[in-house]
Amino acid sequence: MIRLEGVWRTYRVGDGKVDAVRDVTLEVERGEHVALIGPSGSGKSTMLHILGCLDRPTRGRYLFEGRDVGALSEEERSLLRRHRIGFVFQFFHLLPRLSAAANVELPMLFAGVPREARRARAARALEAVGLTPRAGHRPDQLSGGERQRVAIARAVVMDPALLLADEPTGNLDRHSALEVMDLIEAMNRRGLTLIVVTHDPAIAERAGRVVRMADGGIQGAGIRGQGSEEVPSGRDGLALSPRPPAPDPRPRSGG
Amino acid sequence: MRFLDLVAFAAGALRGHRLRTALSVGGVAVGIAAVVALTALGEGARRYVVEEFAALGSNLLIVLPGKVETTGAAPFGGVTHDLTIADLRAIARLPRVRKAAPMAVATDTVRYRDRGRDVPVLGTTAEFIDVRHMEVASGEFLPAGDPDQGGTEMVLGQKAAFELFRDESPLGRVVRVGPYRFRVVGVLAPRGRSLGFDLDDVVFVPVRTAMRAFNRTSLFRILIEVRVHDEMDAAKRDVLALLDARHRVEDVTVFTQDALLSAFGSILRALTLALVGIASVSLAVAGVGIMNVMLVSVTERRAEIGLLKALGAADRQVLAAFLAEAVLLALGGGIVGLGAGAGAVRLFVEFYPSFPASPPVWAVVAALGLSVAVGVAFGVWPARRATRLDPVVALARR
Repeated sequence: MIRLEGVWRTYRVGDGKVDAVRDVTLEVERGEHVALIGPSGSGKSTMLHILGCLDRPTRGRYLFEGRDVGALSEEERSLLRRHRIGFVFQFFHLLPRLSAAANVELPMLFAGVPREARRARAARALEAVGLTPRAGHRPDQLSGGERQRVAIARAVVMDPALLLADEPTGNLDRHSALEVMDLIEAMNRRGLTLIVVTHDPAIAERAGRVVRMADGGIQGAGIRGQGSEEVPSGRDGLALSPRPPAPDPRPRSGG
Repeated sequence: MRFLDLVAFAAGALRGHRLRTALSVGGVAVGIAAVVALTALGEGARRYVVEEFAALGSNLLIVLPGKVETTGAAPFGGVTHDLTIADLRAIARLPRVRKAAPMAVATDTVRYRDRGRDVPVLGTTAEFIDVRHMEVASGEFLPAGDPDQGGTEMVLGQKAAFELFRDESPLGRVVRVGPYRFRVVGVLAPRGRSLGFDLDDVVFVPVRTAMRAFNRTSLFRILIEVRVHDEMDAAKRDVLALLDARHRVEDVTVFTQDALLSAFGSILRALTLALVGIASVSLAVAGVGIMNVMLVSVTERRAEIGLLKALGAADRQVLAAFLAEAVLLALGGGIVGLGAGAGAVRLFVEFYPSFPASPPVWAVVAALGLSVAVGVAFGVWPARRATRLDPVVALARR
């Protein structure tokens, strides 16, 4: 479903250039659960933005469901984000002035879904994350775990093919983090492709495959079975038992 | 994105900053209120003048001796013939003319016993009261008859009558103008100023007598009432042709009430527009205020903009959302300003009831249109900045 071919992303900083992503080749199959790990500054956030069509490769090709994202217009990429990709962020990014239900309705607003249908679908999405009783609450009246579950409901309400989670548990206590991971993994088991960016080994453990980034590049080829660590039973939910964390070549710091 | 959803979304964002929203709305409201109030006053002034003239009768043609345009061919050759009572008779016989009345004017001292008053003395005929749509308060107007006849009757304007006679009844009294004696036969109902005369402070005498007394050979004006309003232009041509033939040269000017009216009307409208132009400056200031607020808002809501893009909002939808906010601010200001302006005008009319000031419909429509235009004009740039925001950068901050 996702194919990166020799992707570079270069930023101009002052007079010099910084390669945030260098020569990455990666393939992700439909329904996979991939953890993207690496220390701060390793390029995993840039990767996530490229995967989410928020950013475009400077060089190389990114094929999403067979379409070359680099060749799409801004309008077409926004349609892709709207219908095929859901985002979950570390800081939830809920609009504070809107109720939980209204936050979930947002993507449908831009898609022009009529109000009644929007209400019904938002209610269903909130039900799926177990927040029906909190639908009318504003984000500041919700706990961190609840906020992230609202964000998940919003991410999947358009029924996307890919869910991109950027440190989804980075701001949550351990209990809420488990709840959130259980939730998105359950969606993954029903066929949603899941890519989680994290530097928490315990979260990475749970993925079917771990892709390790350092200095903008992927350690190993990034193709299944070629260098990236595979957790064969991940998709069956059997990898929830902790494994010893993979050694990280760099000191860790915040995401 | 549906239009109502867009409006609701923008309104929701504005509700998040009540004070800021209220201040921006207030800024626009001041500008719009100024525009509305000033147009109402300007239009009121115009209508006041127009109504004054319309009271004269809109079928009125006015003939005066001499040509207004100076055509340069023969500087010494232009002979201006007198406008005579014979001309008046001829005009009165024209088929399109209902009535014609002469005016011969001089200012002189009218005396009753030991009281004297300098007033314009108007020499005219019985037709005058009909042509000018005036009414007699007591007694009667000048008697009908041959205009060449002359006579000793006099009719007083309301004010002239009061000044000369105070509480006495003037009817039947004898007044003197120079060596001439006149008998008061009537007093007119109050009429107010018109065409430069205070018609309450004049006296009327038969035209022939006036011309003799003041040694005039020419009439000052001939006032003509045309039968059908639609035939004003035709009647004007008739009168000109007739006088051409009689004088063998075009040496009179005929103008219509409408021409006067539209001249005054357009002058006053220009004044109104000038006032509105000045008021619009405050609208521009309010627009800059909106732009400022929107720029702050865009900067503050970087994360929101990034999120909206991540959720699949196209650039033009982000643009529309922020533009809608600016337009809502301006339109809100427009509506508040409209109310405030109309209220101010109403208050003004409370104090000056005779002044017909009320905001004209076009001004109301223009005020709302103007406020929307201000919102768009000053909202586009901030909205474009929101659109250009890189979602990656926008989301990176929190």
